[in-house]
Amino acid sequence: MSDLKRTGLYALHVELGGKMVPFAGYEMPVQFPLGVMKEHIHCRTQAGLFDVSHMGQVILRPRSGDVADAALALEALVPVALLELKEGRQRYAFFTDDQGGILDDLMVANRGDHLFLVVNAACKEADIAHLRAHLSETCEIEEITDRALLALQGPAAETALEALAPGVAAMKFMDVAVIASDFGDLWVSRSGYTGEDGYEVSVTGGQAVAFARALLADAAVEPIGLGARDSLRLEAGLCLYGNDIDQTTSPVEAALTWGIQKARRAGGARAGGFPGADRILGELENGTTRLRIGLRPDGRAPMREGTELFADASSADPIGKVTSGAFGPTIEGPMSMGYVTTAHAAEGTTVFGEVRGKRLPATITAMPFRPSTYKR
Amino acid sequence: MKYTEEHEWLRVEDDVVVVGITEHASTQLGDVVFVELPEEGTTVSKDDEVVVIESVKAASDILAPLDGEIVEVNTPLTDNPGLVNEDPTGDAWFFKMKVEDLSVLDELMDEAAYNTFIG
Repeated sequence: MSDLKRTGLYALHVELGGKMVPFAGYEMPVQFPLGVMKEHIHCRTQAGLFDVSHMGQVILRPRSGDVADAALALEALVPVALLELKEGRQRYAFFTDDQGGILDDLMVANRGDHLFLVVNAACKEADIAHLRAHLSETCEIEEITDRALLALQGPAAETALEALAPGVAAMKFMDVAVIASDFGDLWVSRSGYTGEDGYEVSVTGGQAVAFARALLADAAVEPIGLGARDSLRLEAGLCLYGNDIDQTTSPVEAALTWGIQKARRAGGARAGGFPGADRILGELENGTTRLRIGLRPDGRAPMREGTELFADASSADPIGKVTSGAFGPTIEGPMSMGYVTTAHAAEGTTVFGEVRGKRLPATITAMPFRPSTYKR
Repeated sequence: MKYTEEHEWLRVEDDVVVVGITEHASTQLGDVVFVELPEEGTTVSKDDEVVVIESVKAASDILAPLDGEIVEVNTPLTDNPGLVNEDPTGDAWFFKMKVEDLSVLDELMDEAAYNTFIG
């Protein structure tokens, strides 16, 4: 694994018994001694600590000094309204390409005089190049490489973090704040990738291990690996870039239209003006031939990524495919996410997944599979 | 107890061979969430895929360790796949099979050899 990068918490992961695997160019813990299932349940019932330092942290600083200029500039790359994003708030966004496909999904926070972006590890180099190519005139683009990023998720997250970073308890879902602490300034957002209440915290590299140890000293906090991170996000109905969304899927097909605010739609104050607008606005108007859906297999057998989906037990042509599938420890059953033709996408529709040569029934199900517990 | 390179254990009980997977295999698999057992009465050949197990990580097959007939399967595993992690060498046996000549077990690894095999 010599070409792989390590985060500042690598040695701590190994010390904690993390099983390290290659992920997005990094050596990351896939699980700790607790194991995927117990880690998942621990995060849902107490609190889980995740190292997400492999993700990209980027600051967009408007050359004019007015954050609205950065917001407007970034709007040229995403079908998302950012001008209305208030200081101290964060919003989900996605970069689109000229064909209306998704280049990456990301979080954008307004931090008063600049925007702070968190992007996926596997896409970060391309994203930063994309930002530099299109926004350099209006913004200074700074990749933050000297800070770790940790996520603390679960019902006990608030109490555990408040003890180290007073003030975080008062934050609401998708608020962002800079909180002074013994570990330096923490860049905190009340958000995450598990469907739980919780936080993502950017901490200066030199303090990251001490901060992680201080969180882990709380009896409610356990380290969580990528395995449980995946089953947690899938139960929460959240997309994994590269699996559930990519350049071949439009945001409308991906059922992410909730992320495209009125201002960017036809008739809105700043309609269009993002890559692939013709297709995406057209699809908002006319619909798509396929849609991302949730799926609950009727039996216990998981329908994993790549499982072909059929309208009935015998038809020859598939109507879609599973893009993520796993066992959901909290819902105590298998769950999948995938795409099917729009005609079969209605909730309650029975479809068939081909697993080991057998057509097994599954039901189109609303997501999240397990209700989220965000503190709104 | 005898062992295969596929990480199965075999135990002779009366005239039949009881088959399960080793502690080592169950640890490597991670939490087991699904088990599909063969039908009782099925005639199998060595290396036929007879059981499917899925863990939180992936699906894997259990192969028939010998030629023979499946005479009994451990039905409770279907509803409680986690037993494979809790008690892999005891309650979580997968199936019992009848083989013509029990002496074929002599060719399999004993515990010491298996422990060397898994290093």
